[in-house]
Amino acid sequence: MHEVGIMQNTLSMALKQAQASGATQVHELRMRIGAMSGVVPDALTFAFEVLRKDTLAAEAKLEIETVPASCWCARCQTEFPVPDLIYECPQCHEPSVELRRGLELELVSIEVS
Amino acid sequence: MCQECGCNKKSEAGINGTYPHAHDHDPDHPHSHEHGHGHEHEPNHEPDQEHRTIDVNEAILDQNDRLAERNRGFFKAKGLLVLNVLSSPGSGKTTFLQKTIEALKGRLRVGVIVGDLATENDAIRLRSTGAPAVQINTGTMCHLEAEMVAKAASQLKLDDLDLLIIENVGNLVCPASFDLGEDLRVVLLSVTEGEDKPLKYPPLFHSAHVAVVSKIDLAAATEFNRDLALGNLRQLSPKAVIFEVSAKTGQGMEPWCAFLVKRHQELKNA
Ligand SMILES: Nc1nc2c(ncn2[C@@H]2O[C@H](COP(=O)(O)OP(=O)(O)OP(=O)(O)O)[C@@H](O)[C@H]2O)c(=O)[nH]1
Ligand SMILES: [Mg+2]
Ligand SMILES: [Zn+2]
Repeated sequence: MHEVGIMQNTLSMALKQAQASGATQVHELRMRIGAMSGVVPDALTFAFEVLRKDTLAAEAKLEIETVPASCWCARCQTEFPVPDLIYECPQCHEPSVELRRGLELELVSIEVS
Repeated sequence: MCQECGCNKKSEAGINGTYPHAHDHDPDHPHSHEHGHGHEHEPNHEPDQEHRTIDVNEAILDQNDRLAERNRGFFKAKGLLVLNVLSSPGSGKTTFLQKTIEALKGRLRVGVIVGDLATENDAIRLRSTGAPAVQINTGTMCHLEAEMVAKAASQLKLDDLDLLIIENVGNLVCPASFDLGEDLRVVLLSVTEGEDKPLKYPPLFHSAHVAVVSKIDLAAATEFNRDLALGNLRQLSPKAVIFEVSAKTGQGMEPWCAFLVKRHQELKNA
């Protein structure tokens, strides 16, 4: 697992944005994490609590929005959810190779002052 | 989170035993002053007064992804077919690659980049085939990143190669998130590690272009359920081409080698 490295990159991105906008404090970071991203939200939060020390984000909150995985069936032209990570179209039973959602690993926004 | 793997430590990878950046940029200097204590009385600024939201909407692995794209363009321009080979520790990657290189002699010229936390053992084994091999020692990092691959590749005469094989660190979790600029992700599953491996590591298996069932000479001894394993692979790795091989007996090696020759040809014609 590499949540610490990911959190470090996220925090650097956030701090860079905050500084560029002249902010003196970061109050919140919002992240979007897909179910297939290979990243565990709890581990991110734990890493965040360690890494934020002595930065503009020392007292910031971390909000994580999780995105369930879904696939696209080219034959049926529909998107279908894959809660159990079985990539089979429920209508035509073809396996889908196109993951439409679930790989997200993004810094969505930050709240600063 | 993984204390052991220390993925957060950057650029401490050594190539062929040399560590160009041996210094440790360690951010964990001791904290002499404590924050967040005794803030009952807030300083004079009104809370919420100037709170504002900045939209960022950026992917986190962006930097690695950019470097990986650069690698991909560079390799493509050289007409190289590039493989990223992944599996649990000990699934037989190095042995399989040794046999692959030997079987491809006279058909494809192969170079190898191999990542391990420590030792140059795998590179030495791979060099015994006559192919050039560069070892990356990742230190405590449990995966390869695009930047390390770019550095290691600069030590190979790429113009003299047709196929570049990257043996990743034995790990089914972290390498899934790091694109190296490869054309094909090859995931090994040995018959000794259980038919349900793909179910346990969906992200890695989903990203596979090729799934190799390895050590099939041991299938009977381990009561390997072939149908179950192939069924799991078809569901979890829907885009993967599946091969079943034994590097020990050579069984199944020829279809795999022919596949590589064909893919390399397609790449050259494209
Ligand atoms: N019976 C049998 N044993 C094999 C086969 N391939 C590899 N092995 C054995 O499996 C063990 C591990 O093989 P390696 O090739 O070193 O595996 P690896 O995946 O490169 O290991 P790491 O790089 O440490 O992750 C060795 O003892 C090999 O001899 C095979 O096809 N059949
Ligand atoms: Mg090996
Ligand atoms: Zn369908």
